[in-house]
Amino acid sequence: MTDIVEPTGDLLMEPSRPASSAGRGRWVFGALFVTGLVLLPVLSIVWIAFNPVENIWPHLLSTVLPRYVSNTLTLMVGVGIGTTVGGITTAWLVTMCRFPGKRFFEWALILPLAMPAYVVAYVYTDLLEYAGPVQSALRDLMGWKLKSDYWFPAIRSHGGAIVVLSLVLYPYVYMMARAAFLQQSVCVLEAGRVLGRSPWRCFWTIGLPLARPAVVAGVALAMMETLNDFGTIDFFGVHTLTAGVFDVWLNMGNAGGAAQIALVMLVFVIGLLWIERQSRRRQRFHQTTNRYQALPGYALRPLFKVGAVAMCAMPILLGFLLPALILLEYAFLNFEDSFSVKYFGYARNSLLLAGTSAFVAVMVGLFLAYAMRIGGGKVLNTAARLASVGYAVPGAVLAVGVLVPFARFDNGVDAIMRSTFDVSTGLLLSGTVFALVFAYVVRFLAVGMGGVEASLAKVTKNMDDAARTLGHGPWATLRRVHLPMIRSGILGGAVLVFVDTMKELPATLILRPFNFDTLATFVYQYASDERLAESALGALTIVAAGIVPVLMLSRAIGNARPGHASGGN
Amino acid sequence: MNMQWKSSFAAAIVMTGMAAAAGTALAEEVNVYSYRQPFLIEPMFEEFTKETGIAVNVVFAKEGLVERLKQEGANSPADLLLTVDISRLAAIKTTGATQAVSSDVLNSAIPANLRDEDGHWFGLTTRARIIYASKDRVPEGTVTSYDDLTKPEWKGKVCTRSGSHVYNIALLASKIAHDGADKAKAWLAGVKENLARKPEGNDRAQVKAIKEGECDLALGNHYYMGAMLSNPEQKEWAESAYIIFPDQGGRGTHVNVSGIALTKAAPNKANAIKLMEFLAGEKAQEMYADLNNEYPVRPGVEWSPLLKSWGDFKTDELSLSAIAELAPKAQKLVDEVGYNE
Repeated sequence: MTDIVEPTGDLLMEPSRPASSAGRGRWVFGALFVTGLVLLPVLSIVWIAFNPVENIWPHLLSTVLPRYVSNTLTLMVGVGIGTTVGGITTAWLVTMCRFPGKRFFEWALILPLAMPAYVVAYVYTDLLEYAGPVQSALRDLMGWKLKSDYWFPAIRSHGGAIVVLSLVLYPYVYMMARAAFLQQSVCVLEAGRVLGRSPWRCFWTIGLPLARPAVVAGVALAMMETLNDFGTIDFFGVHTLTAGVFDVWLNMGNAGGAAQIALVMLVFVIGLLWIERQSRRRQRFHQTTNRYQALPGYALRPLFKVGAVAMCAMPILLGFLLPALILLEYAFLNFEDSFSVKYFGYARNSLLLAGTSAFVAVMVGLFLAYAMRIGGGKVLNTAARLASVGYAVPGAVLAVGVLVPFARFDNGVDAIMRSTFDVSTGLLLSGTVFALVFAYVVRFLAVGMGGVEASLAKVTKNMDDAARTLGHGPWATLRRVHLPMIRSGILGGAVLVFVDTMKELPATLILRPFNFDTLATFVYQYASDERLAESALGALTIVAAGIVPVLMLSRAIGNARPGHASGGN
Repeated sequence: MNMQWKSSFAAAIVMTGMAAAAGTALAEEVNVYSYRQPFLIEPMFEEFTKETGIAVNVVFAKEGLVERLKQEGANSPADLLLTVDISRLAAIKTTGATQAVSSDVLNSAIPANLRDEDGHWFGLTTRARIIYASKDRVPEGTVTSYDDLTKPEWKGKVCTRSGSHVYNIALLASKIAHDGADKAKAWLAGVKENLARKPEGNDRAQVKAIKEGECDLALGNHYYMGAMLSNPEQKEWAESAYIIFPDQGGRGTHVNVSGIALTKAAPNKANAIKLMEFLAGEKAQEMYADLNNEYPVRPGVEWSPLLKSWGDFKTDELSLSAIAELAPKAQKLVDEVGYNE
């Protein structure tokens, strides 16, 4: 793959285009093939959508649809704002400022991600509902008797759902933004300072715009996760479009109609991404230098120091520590009933699946992102973009989308083998771990690719051209030039996919082999019955099993800044 | 990259090969797709394995198993589908993925209204949709029917889970079957009018709300009473309420079934029928009653002490197929009334 590059006229006129059309062709062809595979489940959903039992739209339009759409929008906007503010502020603080506990916060801020959203929802409901300890204590304290005697925010509400989802989803933005800030050349920031900008102004005019693609990628993930969430919103009684999908699918027995709603949700997401793309079409920022020095480490005034510590501590406290402590208490009380040696088997299954999926998803993401970079035509770009929107589909629906191509393939092979060799091969791939990993990769490709793409976008194309001019092919350029520069983005993506897979439920339930349990499926059989106490130990194990790799990779990300060990000081 | 794909693909082939080999080596087995939580059925399966030596393999999920069965088609490894309500049983029959079983054991154990007339599915337990009432605030005898939930005196006093939940959908479908869609809709609107809060949480959460004084009346399945009584934390919720079997003076209390169906593909058909018969047999039926306080479908099986203490009650004899057929209509009424908003 080390094509010698000749300075053709094409190269001279369009310097950002690689010259070797053969090498590029291979990448593009490969990328299209992979995209096709990943798109199969989404296409299956389209296919299912063409076979509805009855047309549900007149009914939905005249009844619940407007409400579902407005609920969905409220939730998405709310979570979008919550995760953006939370993620960017904390990322900027721990990356660029100096204050006590900063090294701790660097990794601890990721922890809430390891908490399944529905578990946090259960915990806070137990705590804050009318019957919970907080309101009971207030009633005792103030002498209130009835619900009507006082006002207390309802936890099972839009606001409650937004807070809970923001608490567990802001790490997406935090991770992406932090990777982006770490990647920024200090020179730009220094230039800003030399030109008389305050650190505050530097953030707004330099740091933030440079990190924008990464931040947007993170927020998009958080919003898609909000869109596909069912556990939390069902528990809180906030009916979004996803609730509509399940009503139509399960109660009306109309899988086709449900698939149609799911597709409308996809259009939603595609529209959102398109608008964002349009809005920054003319802005493209690259780091133009490879000179990395220690990050500035702005010293904060005492008051701001307190503020910074509080700002970083709050999400960890609310999104991780408090729920974890409550789970710990439950786990302790129910330890004898709930512990068994089977746990280790479940944990091993979870870790293996999550590890494999994280690796594959990030590799596929890198492959697609790089193929788009070096040879991205309209077709490839559109296909790759579509391949990642599977994330916005409710997991159970996507799982059904995965079932279709696998079952077709297996039954097709079986039919051929029967007719030619009179041997039945049965189901080769359906109901295997392979199908599960495939489903995870399809589902979390957006997560894996988001980090990679955002990082890659910040590497100027001049780098590619220089490498190519010096005789590197696309592969060698990727390996020797890009990979070292975007390591933090890749690792960030891997952590996110890993943790997401650990928590993933609906697709795991539907696609797994017989007698196969992960920590998540084990917890769910109790949690789905709101028997949180019995499931607390399992939930804690998910969190604990997720933390170790998160910590390891978080360190690696800190170290990923060239010439910059563990986050700087 | 390509290497990765190749090796993981190869690994998958090897794994499936091994799984297939293991499958054929262990001939005495039966495969179950289950909508029921494993911890509720494992004791019965263990007993079955102990008695027959046949291993029971399970996949549990809350949704999507019917679709999995349908897509896997003739090669599906699943022998049986186990559900918690009638709608899924009916749905799986409609997709054509089940086959009829004609077993004298099943037919004599299970009353005719609790199984499919063509033998495509069989009810294993019944669960009554009852009313939980506050001991302090609802004098006994004031509420005796589902219709009483709509009386103006209970305005702001009624709690239910989501109207779209299968248990509520089935109840509403029975209303439609008996009274027609218009009356059923008016009833649902009446209940909504009386709701103390937006429908949220599960059946137990409604009883908890009674204990806390948030509401006086709630709809719920009967066995949650037993489940709460045996849970130290929830005991006081259960003790704050008493239960009412509605419509005893009328057509009887609405009941749903948990049930089982044999798949068309069933590779272990003989074993599967054995398991079906076992689950309808005396021992398993008693376990159902004992472990989860469900009503055995088999007449003459000893009830749990709690069930016995409640005594016999009149059940609505409406055919379950009618309920399954009307479920989509019920969901539409829920939407039209805006019950969940």
